[in-house]
Amino acid sequence: MFSNSSINSNGSRFACRSKAVLAGVILAATAATVSAADYKVLVPAAPGGGYDQLGRAVQATMQSAGLSRRVQVNNAAGAGGTIGLAQLINNSKGDGNALMVTGKGMVSAQYINNSPVTISNATPIARLTGEFVVLVVPRESPLKSMADLVAAYKANPGAVSWAGGFAGGVDQLTAGMIVQRVGGGAGKFNYVAFGSGGEVLSQVLGGHVTVGLGGYNEFASQIKVGKLRALAVTADRRIDGIDIPTLKEQGIDVEFVNWRGLVAAPGITDAQRAELVDAVSQMARSEHWKATLDKNEWVDMLMTGDAFRQYVDAEQRTVLQVVTDLGLVKK
Amino acid sequence: METFYALLSGFSVALTLQNLLLGFVGVTLGTAVGVLPGVGPALTMALLLPATASVDPTGALIMFAGIYYGAMFGGSTTSILLNTPGESSTIVTAMEGNLMAKRGRAGAALATSAIGSFVAGTIATVLLTFAAPFVVDVALKFGPTEYFAVMVLAFTTVSAVLGASPARGMASLFLGLTIGLIGLDSQTGQARFTLGIPELLDGLDVVVVAVGLFAVGETLYVATFLNRNADTIEQVKGSIWMDRADWKRSWKPWLRGTALGFPFGCIPAGGAEIPTFLSYGIEKKLTRHPEEFGKGAIEGVAGPEAANNASASGTLMPLLTLGLPTTATAAIILAAFQQYGLQPGPLLFDTQPELVWGLIASMYVGNVILLLLNLPLVGVWVKLLSIPRPLLYAGILIFATLGAYGLRNSWFDLALLYGIGVMGFLMRRYDIPVAPVLVGMILGPLAEQQFRRALAISQGELSIFVTQPISATVLAITALVVIVPPIWRRVARMRAAAIGHPIHN
Repeated sequence: MFSNSSINSNGSRFACRSKAVLAGVILAATAATVSAADYKVLVPAAPGGGYDQLGRAVQATMQSAGLSRRVQVNNAAGAGGTIGLAQLINNSKGDGNALMVTGKGMVSAQYINNSPVTISNATPIARLTGEFVVLVVPRESPLKSMADLVAAYKANPGAVSWAGGFAGGVDQLTAGMIVQRVGGGAGKFNYVAFGSGGEVLSQVLGGHVTVGLGGYNEFASQIKVGKLRALAVTADRRIDGIDIPTLKEQGIDVEFVNWRGLVAAPGITDAQRAELVDAVSQMARSEHWKATLDKNEWVDMLMTGDAFRQYVDAEQRTVLQVVTDLGLVKK
Repeated sequence: METFYALLSGFSVALTLQNLLLGFVGVTLGTAVGVLPGVGPALTMALLLPATASVDPTGALIMFAGIYYGAMFGGSTTSILLNTPGESSTIVTAMEGNLMAKRGRAGAALATSAIGSFVAGTIATVLLTFAAPFVVDVALKFGPTEYFAVMVLAFTTVSAVLGASPARGMASLFLGLTIGLIGLDSQTGQARFTLGIPELLDGLDVVVVAVGLFAVGETLYVATFLNRNADTIEQVKGSIWMDRADWKRSWKPWLRGTALGFPFGCIPAGGAEIPTFLSYGIEKKLTRHPEEFGKGAIEGVAGPEAANNASASGTLMPLLTLGLPTTATAAIILAAFQQYGLQPGPLLFDTQPELVWGLIASMYVGNVILLLLNLPLVGVWVKLLSIPRPLLYAGILIFATLGAYGLRNSWFDLALLYGIGVMGFLMRRYDIPVAPVLVGMILGPLAEQQFRRALAISQGELSIFVTQPISATVLAITALVVIVPPIWRRVARMRAAAIGHPIHN
């Protein structure tokens, strides 16, 4: 159905999207004299989710910044993004104008779904945004810190239920990494998968599960009114304006970012790749992009070119290790 | 009071020009598809879903809700004038309504059904307005255990949609359950029944299945058997207004129909059909004109028409507060929510107050528009019935094909659509109802996931289902629903036998 590797929702995005598209149309018309390429952005998920939001934001920004006359966005949903990945690898070989939105969820999905193609087959261009995972408990919970949670887990691993998105998604990866780091009966790690961030939220609020995991934006409003207590955030250091301790300051050496970015088709020339990296970098430095990040509360995580290529390789190794240890992928 | 303010702010959303327009389009379209036999609200929404991806969610959902209850209004027109129910929930209306039309009282029949629908729709919306926030508080107490118990209840009441032959209905339901298993298991990430085809990893899209079964299947069926049945359309003669006696005989059935329809809409798989039958039965019992039943009694139109409209509004209660679809149409509305990354549930009222209250407020407005659309303009709607069927169904087929392909620009979905369409045709041909397929494929996976989540949380302890108070209560109700009716029948039979042969005892 309309499953998505990213499950956060944002009510205001449609208004901002239509405005952005409108602005894009107007600017595209005035910028028609600029010699800029037409791009295709493949969104490997249904309209509405995190991948789609990023793809549409790239479209709007590229057009309004005059980096492209026309950016066409296509959705190819399914299997955690690996359907879209296969389309890019198989149908766009050597196409220097084809981009695809990708992210951490896809890295995991390619292993779990036993995908015949992987992100290594594509050409990495840039990491753009990121989102940190937070761990929350209901206000009434006796757990006040990660130390409490870890103690409860070590005392009786099965009794601690970790609620998050679908199996093998970023939430389970986060929980799995924490459990592996603190040790103590990973075999009894009790992860309960729910269909959406909203469901996780209501289950945590209702006290039906021990701890919930999800993107900060999904829980932010309930944390602010005090109905939820955030035990930790997976950032490497405290985020400005958000009073949640990191895992690291609580002695758990886990960092986790649900990043999203762009890859290009396989088999493109170095010149084509350099051109794409350049265009995306320019886009990411534009005022329009900064405004988009602010509006969506996305964390800027720009990383391009070779650095991003190495990052993707490292991510694939880490994620493969975690999903294998969790038993989601057979050795 | 809080609810009242929320509703007022809802009206400020519903009464914006754009939303008014979308609401108007929705109820108009709903009336049209209601009038046309074989084209239902579920199908219409399924076809429109891909096209609305870029409309803002509030407007799109206002339109979808309008289609839903608009169809309930429109369905009665066909029932009364053509003796072919436009919708399954207007089957009962056809019985007395068409007889009234044959006696030259088509105007009164149309009026009592339109005004009854308006009264019921409005009362049900008021109930939804004031009960929903309360239900939301209760809904937060629902964890996987409680949800599973509700699913069990849903499955026992699902017989409502099984149709005349339980065996055929069950076959259809199990087909749906099997289809529901296809795809990645969300708890473990293991692929099931995917045959190594990556497109199947996410399971079959409910929209593709709905469009395949309803649109393609129906089109093939109509194309095959088009000339077999010729319908006669009754003319609307005389005044379309009801006289004093009609009003007097209508208002009580309207209220009773509402009282029956709303709760049935709220119950999983309660649907709109049962309350219409119940309402008909009750009116037949309570009427002061029993001699008119079977010849066109106005009570037999007023009650069921109110019931089906109230049930449509009732359906939105579990959908909005629990994210639980109770009918095929509600399942498509759920898909619409998910298309926008929104998950209906207790928190929807907190996170999307504008959407929820805008939607509810739009239903008040929609009911007024529908009354205005349906009463004076009934002649226009009747004209719809004279569209040549080949043109109509060709159009539907084009929309279905475009919609399925547009989901992800893949030929695979097209092949799937037509495969399911052929299946739908065969089911239609052999009188196997298609709606249980949808109910099965939606409820089945939900029930399975909740069951496994509940067991994960309880660490495999099955007793959790009877030790949790809400779950235990719901399961007890389920047991009563299963056990009581057969016992009741046996007792009644024994009593009848005892009365029949008192002397021999």
